[in-house]
Amino acid sequence: MNDATALPTRRDEAFRYTDLDALSGLWPVAREEVAVPAGSSDAMQVVELGEANIARHLVVTLEKGARFDLRILSAGPSFGRIAVDVRLDEGARFTLGAAQLGSGSQTLEIVTEVSHEAPDAVSEQVVRSVLAGQAVGTYLGRIAVARGADGTDAEQSVRAMLLDRTATANARPELEIYADDVKAAHGCAVGELDAQGLFYLQSRGLTPPEAKRLMLQAFIAEAFAGAPDEEALSDAALQRLGEML
Amino acid sequence: MLQIDNLTAEIGGKPILKGLSLTVNAGEVHAIMGPNGAGKSTLGYVLGGRPGYEVTGGSVSFDGQDLLQLEPHERAAAGLFLGFQYPVEIPGVSFVQFLREAANAQRKGRGEEPLSGGEFLKLAKEKAALLKLDMDMLKRPVNVGFSGGEKKRAEMVQMGILDPKFAVLDETDSGLDIDALRIVGEGINAIMRQPGKGVLLITHYQRLLDYVKPDYVHVLAAGRIVKTGGPELALQLEEEGYEAVAA
Repeated sequence: MNDATALPTRRDEAFRYTDLDALSGLWPVAREEVAVPAGSSDAMQVVELGEANIARHLVVTLEKGARFDLRILSAGPSFGRIAVDVRLDEGARFTLGAAQLGSGSQTLEIVTEVSHEAPDAVSEQVVRSVLAGQAVGTYLGRIAVARGADGTDAEQSVRAMLLDRTATANARPELEIYADDVKAAHGCAVGELDAQGLFYLQSRGLTPPEAKRLMLQAFIAEAFAGAPDEEALSDAALQRLGEML
Repeated sequence: MLQIDNLTAEIGGKPILKGLSLTVNAGEVHAIMGPNGAGKSTLGYVLGGRPGYEVTGGSVSFDGQDLLQLEPHERAAAGLFLGFQYPVEIPGVSFVQFLREAANAQRKGRGEEPLSGGEFLKLAKEKAALLKLDMDMLKRPVNVGFSGGEKKRAEMVQMGILDPKFAVLDETDSGLDIDALRIVGEGINAIMRQPGKGVLLITHYQRLLDYVKPDYVHVLAAGRIVKTGGPELALQLEEEGYEAVAA
Protein backbone atom coordinates (compact mmCIF):
# COMPACT_ATOMS: atom_id res chain seq x y z
CA MET A 1 0.00 0.00 0.00
CA ASN A 2 2.80 2.39 0.83
CA ASP A 3 4.31 2.08 -2.61
CA ALA A 4 1.17 3.12 -4.46
CA THR A 5 1.70 6.34 -6.31
CA ALA A 6 -1.49 7.97 -5.04
CA LEU A 7 -1.08 9.81 -1.77
CA PRO A 8 -2.80 7.84 1.00
CA THR A 9 -5.66 9.32 2.99
CA ARG A 10 -6.32 9.18 6.69
CA ARG A 11 -8.88 6.47 6.02
CA ASP A 12 -5.95 4.18 5.45
CA GLU A 13 -5.23 2.75 8.92
CA ALA A 14 -1.47 2.99 8.47
CA PHE A 15 -1.77 6.73 7.83
CA ARG A 16 -4.51 7.62 10.28
CA TYR A 17 -2.34 9.92 12.42
CA THR A 18 0.11 11.09 9.80
CA ASP A 19 0.88 14.64 8.72
CA LEU A 20 -0.51 14.51 5.17
CA ASP A 21 0.89 17.90 4.16
CA ALA A 22 4.38 16.88 5.12
CA LEU A 23 3.93 13.43 3.61
CA SER A 24 2.76 14.82 0.25
CA GLY A 25 6.14 16.51 -0.18
CA LEU A 26 7.89 13.15 0.20
CA TRP A 27 5.49 10.92 -1.72
CA PRO A 28 5.96 8.38 -3.19
CA VAL A 29 8.29 6.83 -0.66
CA ALA A 30 10.80 4.44 -2.18
CA ARG A 31 10.94 0.91 -0.81
CA GLU A 32 14.31 0.01 0.64
CA GLU A 33 14.78 -3.74 0.37
CA VAL A 34 16.86 -5.58 2.94
CA ALA A 35 17.34 -9.32 2.51
CA VAL A 36 19.10 -11.39 5.14
CA PRO A 37 20.16 -14.80 3.77
CA ALA A 38 19.50 -18.04 5.62
CA GLY A 39 21.49 -18.46 8.81
CA SER A 40 23.16 -15.06 8.73
CA SER A 41 22.79 -11.93 10.84
CA ASP A 42 22.50 -8.29 9.95
CA ALA A 43 21.92 -5.07 11.85
CA MET A 44 20.79 -1.59 10.92
CA GLN A 45 20.61 1.68 12.70
CA VAL A 46 18.35 4.54 11.68
CA VAL A 47 19.21 7.78 13.44
CA GLU A 48 17.19 10.83 12.50
CA LEU A 49 18.46 13.93 14.23
CA GLY A 50 18.28 16.36 11.31
CA GLU A 51 15.52 18.88 10.81
CA ALA A 52 14.39 17.95 7.30
CA ASN A 53 11.18 15.96 6.89
CA ILE A 54 11.78 12.34 6.20
CA ALA A 55 9.80 9.24 5.28
CA ARG A 56 11.29 5.80 4.82
CA HIS A 57 9.89 2.41 4.01
CA LEU A 58 12.04 -0.59 4.83
CA VAL A 59 11.08 -4.00 3.50
CA VAL A 60 12.99 -6.71 5.29
CA THR A 61 13.02 -10.35 4.29
CA LEU A 62 14.50 -12.84 6.72
CA GLU A 63 15.25 -16.29 5.35
CA LYS A 64 15.45 -19.43 7.48
CA GLY A 65 17.26 -18.83 10.73
CA ALA A 66 18.28 -15.30 9.72
CA ARG A 67 18.55 -12.51 12.28
CA PHE A 68 18.01 -8.80 11.91
CA ASP A 69 18.51 -6.15 14.59
CA LEU A 70 16.96 -2.76 13.80
CA ARG A 71 17.36 0.25 16.07
CA ILE A 72 15.67 3.56 15.47
CA LEU A 73 16.28 6.91 17.09
CA SER A 74 13.72 9.30 15.66
CA ALA A 75 14.21 12.71 17.18
CA GLY A 76 15.04 15.50 14.76
CA PRO A 77 12.63 16.08 11.90
CA SER A 78 9.39 18.01 12.16
CA PHE A 79 7.87 15.06 10.30
CA GLY A 80 9.51 11.66 10.54
CA ARG A 81 7.89 8.45 9.38
CA ILE A 82 9.49 5.04 9.30
CA ALA A 83 7.51 2.11 7.97
CA VAL A 84 9.00 -1.34 8.37
CA ASP A 85 7.59 -4.49 6.77
CA VAL A 86 9.24 -7.68 7.92
CA ARG A 87 8.74 -11.23 6.66
CA LEU A 88 10.13 -14.02 8.79
CA ASP A 89 10.83 -17.50 7.52
CA GLU A 90 11.30 -20.49 9.80
CA GLY A 91 13.35 -19.84 12.94
CA ALA A 92 14.20 -16.26 11.95
CA ARG A 93 14.49 -13.51 14.52
CA PHE A 94 13.62 -9.83 14.24
CA THR A 95 14.50 -7.27 16.90
CA LEU A 96 13.26 -3.70 16.86
CA GLY A 97 14.30 -1.15 19.47
CA ALA A 98 13.02 2.34 18.80
CA ALA A 99 12.91 5.64 20.62
CA GLN A 100 10.88 8.61 19.44
CA LEU A 101 11.74 11.90 21.07
CA GLY A 102 9.45 14.70 19.97
CA SER A 103 8.83 18.27 21.02
CA GLY A 104 7.37 21.43 19.49
CA SER A 105 4.98 20.43 16.71
CA GLN A 106 6.89 17.36 15.55
CA THR A 107 5.00 14.37 14.15
CA LEU A 108 6.92 11.12 14.51
CA GLU A 109 5.64 7.77 13.31
CA ILE A 110 6.80 4.21 13.40
CA VAL A 111 4.61 1.76 11.52
CA THR A 112 5.53 -1.90 11.52
CA GLU A 113 4.02 -4.91 9.85
CA VAL A 114 5.64 -8.13 10.96
CA SER A 115 4.61 -11.33 9.19
CA HIS A 116 5.45 -14.67 10.73
CA GLU A 117 5.12 -16.90 7.70
CA ALA A 118 6.73 -20.10 8.97
CA PRO A 119 7.17 -21.89 12.30
CA ASP A 120 9.36 -20.94 15.22
CA ALA A 121 10.28 -17.38 14.28
CA VAL A 122 10.73 -14.74 16.94
CA SER A 123 9.96 -11.03 16.79
CA GLU A 124 10.48 -8.57 19.59
CA GLN A 125 9.63 -4.89 19.36
CA VAL A 126 10.36 -2.28 22.02
CA VAL A 127 9.19 1.25 21.35
CA ARG A 128 9.64 4.13 23.78
CA SER A 129 8.31 7.62 23.07
CA VAL A 130 8.98 10.82 24.95
CA LEU A 131 6.75 13.64 23.81
CA ALA A 132 6.68 17.29 24.82
CA GLY A 133 4.91 20.44 23.61
CA GLN A 134 2.39 19.66 20.86
CA ALA A 135 4.35 16.73 19.49
CA VAL A 136 2.55 13.67 18.18
CA GLY A 137 4.20 10.27 18.48
CA THR A 138 2.62 7.27 16.82
CA TYR A 139 3.37 3.58 16.83
CA LEU A 140 1.21 1.29 14.74
CA GLY A 141 2.37 -2.29 14.98
CA ARG A 142 0.67 -5.13 13.20
CA ILE A 143 1.74 -8.71 13.70
CA ALA A 144 0.37 -11.37 11.39
CA VAL A 145 0.95 -15.02 12.15
CA ALA A 146 0.17 -17.16 9.11
CA ARG A 147 -1.51 -20.53 9.12
CA GLY A 148 1.10 -23.12 9.96
CA ALA A 149 3.51 -20.68 11.63
CA ASP A 150 3.32 -22.67 14.86
CA GLY A 151 5.76 -21.94 17.64
CA THR A 152 5.77 -18.24 16.82
CA ASP A 153 6.98 -15.94 19.57
CA ALA A 154 5.95 -12.32 18.97
CA GLU A 155 6.35 -9.57 21.51
CA GLN A 156 5.52 -5.88 21.48
CA SER A 157 6.27 -3.49 24.31
CA VAL A 158 5.10 0.05 23.66
CA ARG A 159 5.34 2.85 26.17
CA ALA A 160 4.99 6.59 25.86
CA MET A 161 5.79 9.33 28.31
CA LEU A 162 4.07 12.68 27.95
CA LEU A 163 6.01 15.62 29.37
CA ASP A 164 3.17 18.03 28.63
CA ARG A 165 -0.56 17.48 28.58
CA THR A 166 -0.61 19.02 25.09
CA ALA A 167 1.48 16.22 23.57
CA THR A 168 -0.17 13.20 21.97
CA ALA A 169 0.80 9.54 21.87
CA ASN A 170 -0.95 7.11 19.56
CA ALA A 171 -0.17 3.46 20.08
CA ARG A 172 -1.89 0.55 18.42
CA PRO A 173 -0.47 -2.92 18.70
CA GLU A 174 -2.44 -5.37 16.57
CA LEU A 175 -2.38 -9.14 16.29
CA GLU A 176 -3.75 -11.40 13.62
CA ILE A 177 -3.14 -15.05 14.38
CA TYR A 178 -3.98 -18.05 12.22
CA ALA A 179 -1.62 -20.57 13.80
CA ASP A 180 -1.54 -22.73 16.92
CA ASP A 181 0.92 -22.71 19.78
CA VAL A 182 1.71 -19.03 19.41
CA LYS A 183 3.24 -16.86 22.11
CA ALA A 184 2.19 -13.28 21.53
CA ALA A 185 2.54 -10.66 24.22
CA HIS A 186 1.83 -7.02 23.85
CA GLY A 187 1.95 -4.28 26.40
CA CYS A 188 1.07 -0.68 25.84
CA ALA A 189 1.09 2.24 28.26
CA VAL A 190 0.97 6.01 28.10
CA GLY A 191 1.94 7.94 31.20
CA GLU A 192 3.64 10.86 32.84
CA LEU A 193 6.83 10.99 34.88
CA ASP A 194 6.31 9.85 38.45
CA ALA A 195 5.96 13.00 40.58
CA GLN A 196 7.16 11.23 43.72
CA GLY A 197 10.27 10.02 41.98
CA LEU A 198 11.00 13.49 40.65
CA PHE A 199 10.68 15.03 44.11
CA TYR A 200 12.90 12.33 45.57
CA LEU A 201 15.65 13.05 43.04
CA GLN A 202 15.30 16.81 43.48
CA SER A 203 15.44 16.52 47.26
CA ARG A 204 18.94 15.10 46.79
CA GLY A 205 20.06 18.13 44.80
CA LEU A 206 19.21 17.44 41.16
CA THR A 207 17.60 20.33 39.29
CA PRO A 208 14.17 19.56 37.76
CA PRO A 209 15.62 19.08 34.23
CA GLU A 210 18.40 16.84 35.58
CA ALA A 211 15.90 14.74 37.51
CA LYS A 212 13.68 14.36 34.46
CA ARG A 213 16.59 13.50 32.21
CA LEU A 214 17.75 10.77 34.59
CA MET A 215 14.29 9.20 34.70
CA LEU A 216 13.79 9.48 30.94
CA GLN A 217 17.21 8.02 30.27
CA ALA A 218 16.13 4.95 32.19
CA PHE A 219 12.83 4.91 30.30
CA ILE A 220 14.33 4.84 26.82
CA ALA A 221 17.28 2.61 27.78
CA GLU A 222 15.19 -0.48 27.08
CA ALA A 223 14.89 0.46 23.40
CA PHE A 224 18.65 0.33 22.95
CA ALA A 225 19.56 -2.48 25.36
CA GLY A 226 21.77 -5.00 23.61
CA ALA A 227 22.15 -2.91 20.42
CA PRO A 228 25.48 -3.32 18.59
CA ASP A 229 26.07 0.40 19.11
CA GLU A 230 24.15 0.87 22.33
CA GLU A 231 26.38 3.53 23.81
CA ALA A 232 26.36 5.85 20.79
CA LEU A 233 22.57 5.57 20.48
CA SER A 234 22.07 6.27 24.18
CA ASP A 235 24.42 9.24 24.08
CA ALA A 236 22.63 10.73 21.07
CA ALA A 237 19.24 10.20 22.71
CA LEU A 238 20.48 11.74 25.93
CA GLN A 239 21.75 14.82 24.20
CA ARG A 240 18.41 15.28 22.46
CA LEU A 241 16.57 14.78 25.77
CA GLY A 242 18.77 17.45 27.33
CA GLU A 243 17.67 19.88 24.60
CA MET A 244 13.99 19.01 25.11
CA LEU A 245 13.92 19.63 28.86
CA MET B 1 20.35 27.19 62.46
CA LEU B 2 16.72 26.20 61.70
CA GLN B 3 14.06 28.53 62.90
CA ILE B 4 10.41 27.69 62.29
CA ASP B 5 8.01 30.42 63.29
CA ASN B 6 4.24 30.03 63.51
CA LEU B 7 4.16 27.78 60.43
CA THR B 8 0.82 26.85 58.93
CA ALA B 9 0.42 24.49 55.99
CA GLU B 10 -2.29 22.55 54.23
CA ILE B 11 -2.71 19.70 51.79
CA GLY B 12 -5.52 19.94 49.29
CA GLY B 13 -7.13 22.74 51.31
CA LYS B 14 -7.01 20.78 54.56
CA PRO B 15 -4.99 22.55 57.30
CA ILE B 16 -2.39 20.21 58.83
CA LEU B 17 0.19 22.45 60.50
CA LYS B 18 -1.50 25.07 62.65
CA GLY B 19 1.08 27.46 64.00
CA LEU B 20 4.19 25.36 64.56
CA SER B 21 7.24 27.05 66.08
CA LEU B 22 10.58 25.39 66.69
CA THR B 23 14.22 26.44 66.83
CA VAL B 24 17.15 24.06 66.36
CA ASN B 25 20.62 25.44 67.04
CA ALA B 26 23.81 24.12 65.49
CA GLY B 27 25.10 21.08 67.32
CA GLU B 28 21.65 20.02 68.54
CA VAL B 29 19.50 16.98 67.93
CA HIS B 30 15.76 17.48 68.36
CA ALA B 31 13.20 14.70 68.35
CA ILE B 32 9.61 15.25 67.31
CA MET B 33 7.17 12.67 68.55
CA GLY B 34 3.44 12.54 68.25
CA PRO B 35 0.43 10.45 67.38
CA ASN B 36 -0.58 9.47 63.86
CA GLY B 37 -2.06 12.37 61.93
CA ALA B 38 -0.43 15.04 64.09
CA GLY B 39 1.44 16.49 61.09
CA LYS B 40 4.90 14.96 61.62
CA SER B 41 5.45 13.83 58.04
CA THR B 42 3.83 17.01 56.71
CA LEU B 43 6.44 19.01 58.61
CA GLY B 44 9.18 16.97 56.95
CA TYR B 45 7.73 17.42 53.47
CA VAL B 46 7.12 21.14 53.96
CA LEU B 47 10.74 21.57 55.00
CA GLY B 48 11.83 19.55 51.95
CA GLY B 49 9.56 21.54 49.62
CA ARG B 50 7.37 18.76 48.30
CA PRO B 51 4.80 19.96 45.73
CA GLY B 52 1.24 19.84 47.01
CA TYR B 53 2.17 20.89 50.54
CA GLU B 54 1.10 24.49 50.64
CA VAL B 55 2.48 26.87 53.23
CA THR B 56 -0.24 29.32 54.20
CA GLY B 57 1.57 31.29 56.87
CA GLY B 58 4.61 31.66 59.09
CA SER B 59 8.28 31.42 58.16
CA VAL B 60 11.22 29.04 58.09
CA SER B 61 14.72 30.38 58.21
CA PHE B 62 17.67 28.07 57.54
CA ASP B 63 21.16 29.42 58.12
CA GLY B 64 19.79 32.93 57.68
CA GLN B 65 18.04 32.09 54.35
CA ASP B 66 14.30 32.02 53.75
CA LEU B 67 13.97 28.27 53.23
CA LEU B 68 10.45 28.44 51.84
CA GLN B 69 11.62 30.55 48.88
CA LEU B 70 14.00 27.81 47.71
CA GLU B 71 13.26 24.97 45.27
CA PRO B 72 13.79 21.45 46.63
CA HIS B 73 17.19 21.11 44.90
CA GLU B 74 18.27 24.51 46.20
CA ARG B 75 17.39 23.42 49.74
CA ALA B 76 19.59 20.37 49.23
CA ALA B 77 22.45 22.54 47.96
CA ALA B 78 21.98 24.81 50.97
CA GLY B 79 22.69 21.76 53.15
CA LEU B 80 19.27 20.31 53.98
CA PHE B 81 18.68 16.56 53.78
CA LEU B 82 15.28 14.90 54.00
CA GLY B 83 15.29 11.25 55.02
CA PHE B 84 12.10 9.71 53.61
CA GLN B 85 9.74 7.54 55.59
CA TYR B 86 9.03 5.68 52.36
CA PRO B 87 12.05 6.01 50.06
CA VAL B 88 10.90 6.04 46.43
CA GLU B 89 11.79 3.27 43.99
CA ILE B 90 13.06 4.51 40.64
CA PRO B 91 13.38 1.68 38.10
CA GLY B 92 16.26 1.85 35.67
CA VAL B 93 18.18 4.61 37.44
CA SER B 94 21.32 3.31 39.10
CA PHE B 95 21.99 4.42 42.66
CA VAL B 96 25.63 5.30 42.05
CA GLN B 97 24.88 7.34 38.94
CA PHE B 98 22.06 9.18 40.70
CA LEU B 99 24.11 9.88 43.82
CA ARG B 100 27.15 11.04 41.93
CA GLU B 101 25.03 13.40 39.86
CA ALA B 102 23.24 14.61 42.99
CA ALA B 103 26.49 15.16 44.89
CA ASN B 104 27.99 17.04 41.97
CA ALA B 105 24.83 19.07 41.36
CA GLN B 106 25.02 20.19 44.99
CA ARG B 107 28.72 20.98 44.69
CA LYS B 108 28.06 22.96 41.53
CA GLY B 109 25.29 24.86 43.34
CA ARG B 110 27.86 25.81 45.97
CA GLY B 111 30.53 26.70 43.42
CA GLU B 112 32.73 23.67 44.20
CA GLU B 113 34.62 21.34 41.85
CA PRO B 114 32.82 18.10 40.89
CA LEU B 115 33.97 14.76 42.30
CA SER B 116 35.68 12.45 39.82
CA GLY B 117 34.32 8.92 39.35
CA GLY B 118 37.12 7.52 41.51
CA GLU B 119 36.69 10.05 44.29
CA PHE B 120 32.97 9.44 44.36
CA LEU B 121 33.26 5.64 44.48
CA LYS B 122 35.74 5.84 47.36
CA LEU B 123 33.31 8.06 49.29
CA ALA B 124 30.34 5.81 48.50
CA LYS B 125 32.23 2.68 49.62
CA GLU B 126 33.21 4.34 52.88
CA LYS B 127 29.62 5.37 53.68
CA ALA B 128 28.16 2.02 52.60
CA ALA B 129 30.61 0.31 54.96
CA LEU B 130 29.57 2.64 57.78
CA LEU B 131 25.95 1.56 57.31
CA LYS B 132 26.93 -2.07 56.61
CA LEU B 133 25.18 -1.95 53.25
CA ASP B 134 26.62 -4.14 50.50
CA MET B 135 28.23 -1.84 47.93
CA ASP B 136 26.72 -4.00 45.17
CA MET B 137 23.28 -2.79 46.22
CA LEU B 138 24.25 0.71 45.12
CA LYS B 139 24.89 -0.58 41.62
CA ARG B 140 21.21 -1.54 41.39
CA PRO B 141 18.34 0.77 40.47
CA VAL B 142 17.36 3.25 43.18
CA ASN B 143 15.62 1.38 46.02
CA VAL B 144 14.18 -1.24 43.64
CA GLY B 145 13.99 -4.65 45.32
CA PHE B 146 15.37 -3.28 48.59
CA SER B 147 13.78 -4.48 51.84
CA GLY B 148 12.32 -1.83 54.15
CA GLY B 149 15.45 -1.92 56.31
CA GLU B 150 17.77 -1.74 53.31
CA LYS B 151 15.94 1.32 52.04
CA LYS B 152 16.43 3.08 55.35
CA ARG B 153 20.11 2.20 55.47
CA ALA B 154 20.46 3.39 51.89
CA GLU B 155 18.89 6.70 52.95
CA MET B 156 21.64 7.06 55.55
CA VAL B 157 24.32 6.14 53.00
CA GLN B 158 22.97 8.97 50.84
CA MET B 159 23.10 11.28 53.82
CA GLY B 160 26.71 10.27 54.45
CA ILE B 161 27.68 10.94 50.84
CA LEU B 162 25.85 14.27 50.59
CA ASP B 163 27.16 15.39 54.01
CA PRO B 164 24.36 17.86 54.82
CA LYS B 165 24.41 20.55 57.50
CA PHE B 166 20.94 19.68 58.64
CA ALA B 167 18.95 16.46 58.43
CA VAL B 168 15.21 16.00 58.79
CA LEU B 169 14.73 12.28 59.30
CA ASP B 170 11.15 11.12 58.91
CA GLU B 171 10.61 7.83 60.74
CA THR B 172 14.01 6.54 59.72
CA ASP B 173 13.58 3.92 62.45
CA SER B 174 10.42 2.33 61.02
CA GLY B 175 10.93 -1.00 59.32
CA LEU B 176 14.26 -1.64 61.05
CA ASP B 177 15.06 -4.73 63.09
CA ILE B 178 17.07 -4.37 66.30
CA ASP B 179 20.48 -4.75 64.69
CA ALA B 180 19.66 -2.40 61.85
CA LEU B 181 18.31 0.15 64.32
CA ARG B 182 21.66 0.20 66.09
CA ILE B 183 23.59 0.47 62.80
CA VAL B 184 21.38 3.31 61.59
CA GLY B 185 21.57 5.08 64.95
CA GLU B 186 25.35 4.87 64.99
CA GLY B 187 25.40 6.05 61.38
CA ILE B 188 23.35 9.12 62.21
CA ASN B 189 25.72 9.92 65.07
CA ALA B 190 28.82 9.47 62.94
CA ILE B 191 27.50 11.63 60.10
CA MET B 192 25.52 14.30 61.93
CA ARG B 193 26.73 14.54 65.55
CA GLN B 194 29.22 17.24 64.72
CA PRO B 195 29.59 20.88 65.64
CA GLY B 196 27.80 23.06 63.12
CA LYS B 197 25.24 20.37 62.21
CA GLY B 198 21.69 19.84 63.33
CA VAL B 199 19.14 17.02 63.23
CA LEU B 200 15.37 16.85 63.46
CA LEU B 201 14.31 13.27 64.18
CA ILE B 202 10.67 12.53 63.47
CA THR B 203 9.66 9.32 65.18
CA HIS B 204 6.83 7.38 66.78
CA TYR B 205 8.96 5.46 69.20
CA GLN B 206 11.53 6.05 71.84
CA ARG B 207 13.80 3.19 70.74
CA LEU B 208 15.84 5.15 68.13
CA LEU B 209 16.53 7.73 70.83
CA ASP B 210 18.46 5.09 72.79
CA TYR B 211 21.10 5.36 70.08
CA VAL B 212 20.71 8.96 68.94
CA LYS B 213 20.40 10.94 72.16
CA PRO B 214 18.28 14.03 71.59
CA ASP B 215 18.95 17.31 73.32
CA TYR B 216 15.27 18.19 73.13
CA VAL B 217 12.07 16.23 72.66
CA HIS B 218 8.91 17.88 71.35
CA VAL B 219 5.40 16.53 71.25
CA LEU B 220 3.50 17.43 68.09
CA ALA B 221 -0.26 17.14 68.26
CA ALA B 222 -2.93 18.57 65.96
CA GLY B 223 -0.38 20.58 63.99
CA ARG B 224 1.41 22.31 66.85
CA ILE B 225 4.17 21.66 69.36
CA VAL B 226 2.27 21.10 72.59
CA LYS B 227 5.11 20.13 74.91
CA THR B 228 8.89 20.36 74.96
CA GLY B 229 11.34 18.68 77.30
CA GLY B 230 14.62 16.78 77.53
CA PRO B 231 15.26 13.10 76.68
CA GLU B 232 13.23 12.09 79.73
CA LEU B 233 10.07 13.30 77.96
CA ALA B 234 10.44 10.52 75.39
CA LEU B 235 10.57 7.93 78.17
CA GLN B 236 7.55 9.45 79.81
CA LEU B 237 5.65 9.34 76.49
CA GLU B 238 6.56 5.71 75.99
CA GLU B 239 5.23 4.89 79.44
CA GLU B 240 2.14 7.03 79.66
CA GLY B 241 1.13 7.60 76.05
CA TYR B 242 0.61 10.79 74.06
CA GLU B 243 -2.81 11.54 75.38
CA ALA B 244 -1.79 11.65 79.02
CA VAL B 245 1.39 13.63 78.42
CA ALA B 246 0.11 16.10 75.87
CA ALA B 247 -3.15 16.86 77.67
